[in-house]
Amino acid sequence: MILEYLPILAVFGFAIVFALATVFSSEIFGPKRPNAEKLSTYESGMKPVGTTSERVSIKYYLIAMLFIIFDLEVVFIYPWAVQFKKLFNQQGISVFVSMVIFLVVLELGYLYVYKKGGFKWD
Amino acid sequence: MTIWEILGFALLKILVIVSIMLLTVSYLVYFERRISAWAQNRLGPNRVGWEGILQPFADVLKLLLKEDIVPYQANKTIHTLAPIIALFVAFTTYAVIPFGPTINVFDYSIPLVVADVNIGILYVLALTSLGVYAVTFAGWSSGSKYSLLGGIRSSAQMISYEISMGFSIGGVLLLAESLRPLTIVETQGQWLWNAWIQPIGFITFVVSAFAETNRLPFDLPEAEPELVGGFHTEYSSMKFAGFFLAEYANMIVASGLIVTLYLGGYNIPFINIETLGLPAWLPVLIYISAFLFKMAALLFFFIWVRWSIPRFRYDQLMSLGWKVMFPLSLINIIWVAALIMIFNL
Repeated sequence: MILEYLPILAVFGFAIVFALATVFSSEIFGPKRPNAEKLSTYESGMKPVGTTSERVSIKYYLIAMLFIIFDLEVVFIYPWAVQFKKLFNQQGISVFVSMVIFLVVLELGYLYVYKKGGFKWD
Repeated sequence: MTIWEILGFALLKILVIVSIMLLTVSYLVYFERRISAWAQNRLGPNRVGWEGILQPFADVLKLLLKEDIVPYQANKTIHTLAPIIALFVAFTTYAVIPFGPTINVFDYSIPLVVADVNIGILYVLALTSLGVYAVTFAGWSSGSKYSLLGGIRSSAQMISYEISMGFSIGGVLLLAESLRPLTIVETQGQWLWNAWIQPIGFITFVVSAFAETNRLPFDLPEAEPELVGGFHTEYSSMKFAGFFLAEYANMIVASGLIVTLYLGGYNIPFINIETLGLPAWLPVLIYISAFLFKMAALLFFFIWVRWSIPRFRYDQLMSLGWKVMFPLSLINIIWVAALIMIFNL
């Protein structure tokens, strides 16, 4: 049983070696002639102004929160989906109805966010 | 099978698949450039070798011999870590995609998938979620404003479309009753593919896959006219090549996943080749070619869309994800559940 996961370990090892080899190969083969202009960040030929460690719009934070809520919903759907046929044959329509109730509760939240303007990005 | 046999077969399959993937990536770039040139009435690369057939190798060689520039404002550790994560994600997700049925060689029965695990779909979702970190880290650590904006936009885009992607897969799981990719392919059978049963889910999944792989019309993270290069503005030489490689490898994995989940995997419609009385090794080859053919068609579709549809504006992109794709993928789940209850599929 656990041996099924051995190939995944091999894939991980291979991918890490491959990624490291790719990223560090230019350290070996490429030239090294740095100067101040080359090492400054790109800003259309101008000297870089200000820093990048400034505040980011709250909208992005909101998206992250909404993502967590609805992605958890996905996690709850999967076990239900995998067992649905079996449970439907045993217990009938109540399996479907219970999931619909769960979805309706969450979609009320979705509608609330919609009404509050959580999905406006202009 | 003993541990060493399992490991040996796994390494063999990894080597074959990775080398095929690398070759495909190189030629995918070449074909993309040729097809785009064809779409825009240009010539495209045609100098290196016959009709430019050696162009990918020239490109790799050039990138390999370039200087690796890390800006002084950058956070060096994370700046290096980002392309490593991107490559790691791109070259691990193929592990659970079946490209053929189980074959019997000598005394072994070998499934033509690197890791035949029963949580395959969860594995893919978990790893593609990690891909967000590569883009966010790259954008944040570069110390450039363009990179930061590109990275933030991109992470918002990727997590938004991940939800509709997850819900679309829910419809597939309802029919297959398993998270194991081989079972999903087998339950679709010869012609009863998920794309026909749940067209809405198919469309939402394909659109989300486009957004997850940052392909045009959703390539906001690297919208050239406004953000220069987006999150990889400050990357050069093989670190840049790493992102580039990862993007195209993700395209290949995404089309493999679409074929597995919605287009019947290695199945062939109309002809039942098991009953034709062919020699034992031939059906396997036909199955693998069917899988590769479907993948190639999807890859062409990826390129075709890129050069036909203009880029979305950021608010349009997010509206599409949250107001259209999300409700549609929910409707799809209800639709499939209703089909199962009515027709006992």
